[in-house]
Amino acid sequence: MTKALKRAGAPLLLLAPSLILVGIFVYGLIAVNFGTSATDIHTAAQTTGREPSGTVWFDNYLDLLGSEAFQHSLKNLLLYTVLFLAGTLLIGFVWAWLLESPIKGEGIFRAVYLFPMAVSFVASGVVWRWLLNSGQDESATGLNRLFQMVGLDFMQNNWWNNVDYGITAIAIPAIWQLSGYVMALFLAGFRGIPYELREAARVDGATTWQLYRHVLFPQLSPIALSALIIIGHMSLKSFDLIMSISKPANYQTKVPAVDMYIFKSSFDYANAAAVGSILLVIVALVVVPYLIRTNRKEK
Amino acid sequence: MATLSTQPVSPQPVADGLTPPKGAKRPKGFTLGRTLRYAVLILFLLIVLIPVYVLLVTSFKGPGDAAPARAWDLPQNWTFDNWETAWDALAPAIWRTVQMVVPSALIAALLGSVNGFVLARWRFRGANLVFTLILFGMFIPYQAVIIPLNELVLDLDLPSGIPTLILLHVVFGIPITTLIFRNYYQTVPHELIEAARIDGAGMLRTYASVILPISVPSFVVVLIWQFTSAWNDFLFAVFFSSSQNGPVTLALNNLANGALLQNYGVSMAGALFASLPTLVVYIVLGKYFIGGLMSGSVKS
Repeated sequence: MTKALKRAGAPLLLLAPSLILVGIFVYGLIAVNFGTSATDIHTAAQTTGREPSGTVWFDNYLDLLGSEAFQHSLKNLLLYTVLFLAGTLLIGFVWAWLLESPIKGEGIFRAVYLFPMAVSFVASGVVWRWLLNSGQDESATGLNRLFQMVGLDFMQNNWWNNVDYGITAIAIPAIWQLSGYVMALFLAGFRGIPYELREAARVDGATTWQLYRHVLFPQLSPIALSALIIIGHMSLKSFDLIMSISKPANYQTKVPAVDMYIFKSSFDYANAAAVGSILLVIVALVVVPYLIRTNRKEK
Repeated sequence: MATLSTQPVSPQPVADGLTPPKGAKRPKGFTLGRTLRYAVLILFLLIVLIPVYVLLVTSFKGPGDAAPARAWDLPQNWTFDNWETAWDALAPAIWRTVQMVVPSALIAALLGSVNGFVLARWRFRGANLVFTLILFGMFIPYQAVIIPLNELVLDLDLPSGIPTLILLHVVFGIPITTLIFRNYYQTVPHELIEAARIDGAGMLRTYASVILPISVPSFVVVLIWQFTSAWNDFLFAVFFSSSQNGPVTLALNNLANGALLQNYGVSMAGALFASLPTLVVYIVLGKYFIGGLMSGSVKS
C-alpha cells in the first residue's frame, strides 16, 4: 500500500502543477458554469450582486432551445459544419492524392496549400470580408466582380447576407484555411503505407485505380476519422471568422458561439453559461468516444 | 562505472511525415495523366493565392483607387500610406502580443515536457486516465468556461490584458504540449532510462540529465505551436482584454471593423502585419510547424 503510494507519489508530484491548473480551469470551471447556467442572472445588476438572484434549474436551457433565434443558431451551426467538413475533407483528400506519387515541385504546392493555416482567422477575415462583399453589378467588388469579369454573372449572389443559407458563405474561407491541414494528414497517411504493398499489388497485376481503390484508400480510414473529429470540433467552436466577416450583430450568420458572446456582452450571464454548456455537450458527444477509442487502441 | 551520458542514443527526430518513401521513383517524361495532374494542381494553387493577391494589391491602393469596378486591378498610384497608418495603429498591440506569446509558450512547453516525461516513461497506475483527462482540455469549447473564468479573473484581481492572457494560454496550452512531448518521449529507447536508473538516478535526475538534452526537436515543435496559436487567438483576447491592452488580433479586428469609415487598404495592410510573424515562422521552420500540426491529430 505505502509502496504503491510511494511509486505513484513522485510522478504525481511532478504532474501536480498541471493537474491543479487543468483541474481548476477545465473541470472546476465547467462545473461552476453549469451552476451559473441554472440561475436567473440575466442583468448587470444581478451580475454585480446588487439584486438577488435565484435558481431556476433547467429553465434557461428550455427557453433557449425553444426560442426561434437559438434554433436558427443551431441550424446555422449544422449547415456550417456539414459544408466545412465536406469541403475540407474532399479538397484535402484530392490534394493529397494528386501529390501522393512523387512529382516535381511538390514542396511548392504543399507549402502554398498549407500556408493559410498559419494565418489567424481574424486576418483572413479581413480579406474574405472584401471577397464576400454582397454588392452586385455596378457596385460589385470581391468575388461578385470577379464573376462578372470572367462572364459568370449569374453566379453573383449576396453571400452571407442570405438569411437562410448565409452561413454557408462563411464556410468558404474556413475551407480555404483548413483544406491544407487535411491534405497534410492524408499525405502523411499515404506516405505511411509501406511501399512494398504497392509493389506487391503491381506484381499481382493491379491497375493504378485498383491499387488505390483496394489497397491504399482502405488504409486511410483512421486518418479520415481523425480529420473528421478535428475539423468537426473546430467547426462547432467557430467564432473568430464570423466575428470578423459579418460582425456579431448579424442574425443571418449567428451560431451558438456568437450568441454566447452577445449574452455575455449584455451581462446575461445565465444564458451565456447555458449556451457554453450546450456547446460543451455537443463537442463532448463527438470527442469523448474518440478519446476513449484512441486511449484503448494504444495498449 | 557507467555514467549517465555514455550512450549517445537519440530518439527518432521529429519528422513531418510528409517526405516521399524511399522506394518511390519520379517517372520521367510527359504523359497525358501527368500533364493533367499539373494543370489541376496549378489551378488550385492560383485559387488558394487569390486572397493573397487581393491583400497585397489593395494594401497599396490610395482612396482614389477604391472604385468597385477596378477592385481587381493593380493600383493606379502605388502608395505606402496604408502601411504607415496600419503600422501606427497596430505597433503597440504587436509589441504586447510578443510579451504575451513568449512567456506563455515557454512555460507551457516546460510543463508539457515534464508531464510528457512522466506519462510516457515513469508510468503509474491510472496514468492513461490522467493523460486522457488532461487531453480533454484541448477539445473543450472555451465558451463553456468563460463566464466563471471571468469571475475568477476578477476575484483574483488579475490585471486585465496581457498578464491574464499569459495565464490562459499556459493553462489551455498544457494539453497539447503534454501530448506532443509524451508522443516524442515514447520513442526514447528504454535502455537509456534503465541505464540512468541503474546508476541510481531518481526521476528528476533522469529528466534533467537524460531527457532534457534530447528534447530540443520537440521543444521547437511545441514552441512554434504555442507561439502560433497564442499569436492567432481571438476568443480569449476579445473576452479578457480591451483595445487599450489587448493583443494584435483584437487591435486588427477593431481596425478593420471600426465604426469609422471602412478603409480596406488600411485593413489589409494591417492583416499583413498581423500575419507576418506566424508566416515567417511557417516559411523558415516549416517542417517543425507541420510536426506540430500532425501531433495535434492525436495519433501516436
